[in-house]
Amino acid sequence: MTGTRPRNEAWRKPWWKTALGLVFTAFMLFPVYWMVNVSLTQTSDLRADPPHWFPWNPTFEGYAAVFQQQLPALGTSLLVGLGCVALTVLIAAPAGYALALLNLRGGRTLNFLLLVAQMVPAVVMAMGFYAVYNSLGLLNTVGGLIVADSTVAVPFGVLLYTAFMSGIPRELLQAARVDGAGPWRTFRSIVLPVSRNSTLTVSLFAFLWAWSDFIFASTLNRNGELIPITLGIYNYIGNNTTQWNAIMATAVVASVPAAILLVVAQRYVAAGVTAGAVKD
Amino acid sequence: MTTTEATATAGAPPGVGQVPLRPRRRRGPAASQWAAAGFAAPLLVYLILFYAYPLWRNIDLSVHDYTIRAFVQGNAEFVGFEKYAEVFSSATFPMALWNTAVFTVVSIVFQYAIGLALAVFFRSGFRLSGVLRAMFLVPWLLPLIVSASTWAWMLNSDNGIVNSVLGAFGAEQINWLTSPDTALLSVTIANIWLGIPFNLVILYSGLQNIPGEVYEAASLDGAGPWKQFWSITFPLLRPVSAITILLGLIYTLKVVDVIWIMTTGGPGNASTTLAIWSYREAFGTGQPDFSPAAAVGNVLILIALVFGFLHLQLQRRQEDS
Repeated sequence: MTGTRPRNEAWRKPWWKTALGLVFTAFMLFPVYWMVNVSLTQTSDLRADPPHWFPWNPTFEGYAAVFQQQLPALGTSLLVGLGCVALTVLIAAPAGYALALLNLRGGRTLNFLLLVAQMVPAVVMAMGFYAVYNSLGLLNTVGGLIVADSTVAVPFGVLLYTAFMSGIPRELLQAARVDGAGPWRTFRSIVLPVSRNSTLTVSLFAFLWAWSDFIFASTLNRNGELIPITLGIYNYIGNNTTQWNAIMATAVVASVPAAILLVVAQRYVAAGVTAGAVKD
Repeated sequence: MTTTEATATAGAPPGVGQVPLRPRRRRGPAASQWAAAGFAAPLLVYLILFYAYPLWRNIDLSVHDYTIRAFVQGNAEFVGFEKYAEVFSSATFPMALWNTAVFTVVSIVFQYAIGLALAVFFRSGFRLSGVLRAMFLVPWLLPLIVSASTWAWMLNSDNGIVNSVLGAFGAEQINWLTSPDTALLSVTIANIWLGIPFNLVILYSGLQNIPGEVYEAASLDGAGPWKQFWSITFPLLRPVSAITILLGLIYTLKVVDVIWIMTTGGPGNASTTLAIWSYREAFGTGQPDFSPAAAVGNVLILIALVFGFLHLQLQRRQEDS
């Protein structure tokens, strides 16, 4: 952290930089503002020329429609997201432990395979899963979608856990062994609690990726009774292209988890981006 | 980059000479290996069931002639590399390959340049810089369908805000998403916007590792900000840049959501990339044609792997140096 300057010095910097920064941010976030703006625009004003830059006369029809029609989809997305978090942590945390601290034979190869796994395009996985699920009768099931979504998060999770756990002081583990704790006990009562932040980062990304997933939902779950919110928006676009305020209202609601996570867990977001360097 | 650097060495004996491994020896290496295998077992089973098997099925799809009926009955005819030959000789192939190249390269160049400029800007530190930098993460966190549909509406020919603003400056209406001349450009613009946060965050953390004294020395020597950037920041950031760009390549190659939601690869094939082509053949039309789709997908994997291995090679070299 040699590059960061003391906080008080930042406050002596000229105002014009802050002003410029505000302009850049406003420019960057304009699409987000526009989404909110359109979601509040009256249907009759949607095609106004020039478009309304600010919803002076806001309507909440779009949001009412979301809560009437999309609640089940929001519930499904929540379920899929949480399921994906559970599955990912359940598989990634012990694997990270084995790779980082138990000197797993063939660990290097496994790491390599995980890096390669991250390069496989989702569309290819979707086709493979479609073929597999088709024969197993798992198409259009929430469980099937959870498993497919987790393929994005599991390699990332293992790599993140391994990196963090490699840094756990060996003395700590030795002390546990001296006290007679076996590998399982050490894992449960030392390694897992110490790796709490990694668990948070992995869970956060697993949830966000599953919540945002479109490819797997639109291929493996397109005729499901329980469709996630991303597919809800997509079907909306297909069905009535005139109701853009309702579409955008759904989009705003679908963005809420991202917004919450950014506010509550920004630290972990930045950590995840730089650590795993994963963007799907 | 800390993760990948650390993980690549995780398989090797940890910290030789740091801590004696005697307690482990007492239990015997065999016992410890059983424990290690036990903890790794769920992952191994997972990788076989949910990575290897679907990928194998995908290869299987590409060397058979799967029609919908054959799919249900499971009696597709083995055709070897016929589907690959079909794909390579298709008129769509050169177009999709070209579009993939343009989409990827243009996206990466702009994402990187803008991300780097912003990283340098934010590095100087000013009031609110931390908050604003966090705000830049928003596009990256939004579900792709949200950003893509917002962009689609902003670029709408008749009612989009972009045309409205351009019109105020006297420009004529541009059919961003419906004209073959601009469709690829439109999805590329949206994708650049999506990728800026990723580049900003990684490059910013790379900048943090350049010691401040280097800059102080340079400014004592009378080097201005421009000179400092080209003679210090850019060269010292080269390893981080290389990895950022390669990861960007790997991720951009597989983009489906943005393009599919904005243009579905159209009009015609104007914005069809390899990933979109594969998706459309398999899932995008009423009549799924899995075999060519799988063949295109496997070609895409090969391309991604080439860049992937380049990335690993680069990482190895950096660890060695």
